[in-house]
Amino acid sequence: MTSTTYAPTLPVPAIPLREWLPWAIFAGLIFLLAIYFVGAEEGATSLISGMYVHEFVHDGRHLLGFPCH
Amino acid sequence: MVRTLLVRGMLVGIVAGLLSFGFLKVYGEPQIDRAIAFEAQLDQAKAAAEKAKGMAMPAEQPELVSRPVQAGLGLFVAVMVYSAAFGGLFGLAFAFAQGRMPGDLDPQALAGLLALIGFVALYLVPNLKYPANPPSVGDPETIGIRTALYFGMIAISLAAMVLAISLKNSFSARFGEWNANLAVAACYIVVVVAAGLLLPSINEVPDEFPAVVLWKFRIASLGAQFIMWAALGLLFGGLTQRAVVLRRA
Repeated sequence: MTSTTYAPTLPVPAIPLREWLPWAIFAGLIFLLAIYFVGAEEGATSLISGMYVHEFVHDGRHLLGFPCH
Repeated sequence: MVRTLLVRGMLVGIVAGLLSFGFLKVYGEPQIDRAIAFEAQLDQAKAAAEKAKGMAMPAEQPELVSRPVQAGLGLFVAVMVYSAAFGGLFGLAFAFAQGRMPGDLDPQALAGLLALIGFVALYLVPNLKYPANPPSVGDPETIGIRTALYFGMIAISLAAMVLAISLKNSFSARFGEWNANLAVAACYIVVVVAAGLLLPSINEVPDEFPAVVLWKFRIASLGAQFIMWAALGLLFGGLTQRAVVLRRA
C-alpha cells in the first residue's frame, strides 16, 4: 500500500481589496436584501404592503430561526 | 477571480439549500403542523369561552396562502433564497479571507473553517440567546423588538468573531500558535457571553405548549443550519481546491 502525504501547501495570494470591494458591496447588498425578504419583510418592517410575502415564506421563516408574528 | 468565487458560492448554496430543504420538509414540517394544531386548540377554547360570555366572535381571517403552499413551495423558495444568498456571501467572505486569514490554510481547510465560523457566529450563538420559535409562540405586539434584538445579537456575534480573529497574529507572536487559537476563542466567548447577559431575555412560550414539540422544532432548525453550512464549506472547499490544483498542474 502506498502512503499518501497530505501536503497543505496551496497558499493562494490575497485578492486586492480594490478588486474585491465593488463585488462585495453590490452583490452583498443584493444578498442581504434577499435574506431580509425571507427573514423580516412584513414582520417587523414592511417595504411592500399586505401580508403575502410573510405568509408565503412563513414556514421557512420560523424554521430558519427568524422571529415571526 | 471574485466573480468565480461568488458564482461558485451561489451554486453551492443552491445545493446546500436542497439538502437543507429536504431535511426541513421531513423533520421540520411535522413540528410546524403540531404547533399550528396547538394554536387552533387555544383559539377554539378562547372562542368557546367568549361565546359562553355572550361576546361577539372575531371574524375568521381569510387565508392568504394555504397551508400546503406554505409547507411546500413557500418553504422551498424561502430556504433556497436564504441558502443561495448565504452561499454568495460565503463566496465573498472566502475571496476576502484567502491569503489574509492567519494560518496559511489551503482552500479546502479555509472553506471548512469559514463555514464553521459562519455556523457558530451567525446561527448557533445568536440562537442560544434567542432560539427559533414555532408558530403560536410569540406575541405579535413584540415582533419589532424581538427582530431588533435577534439581528442585534447576530451583529454583535459576527463583529466579535471578526475582531477576535483579527487579533490572532499578535497572539501567536506572543503565546505561540495553539494558545493563540485558544485566546481567539476566549475573546469571542467573553464578548458574546457579556452581550447575552446584558441583552433582555424573551420568553413568550405559552404555558401549555408541548415541550417535546418545542425541542424537536428547535432541533429541526439547528439541523437544517448545520446541513446548510456543512454542505457550503465542504462543497465550496472541494471545488476550490480542485480548481487551484488544476491551475497549478
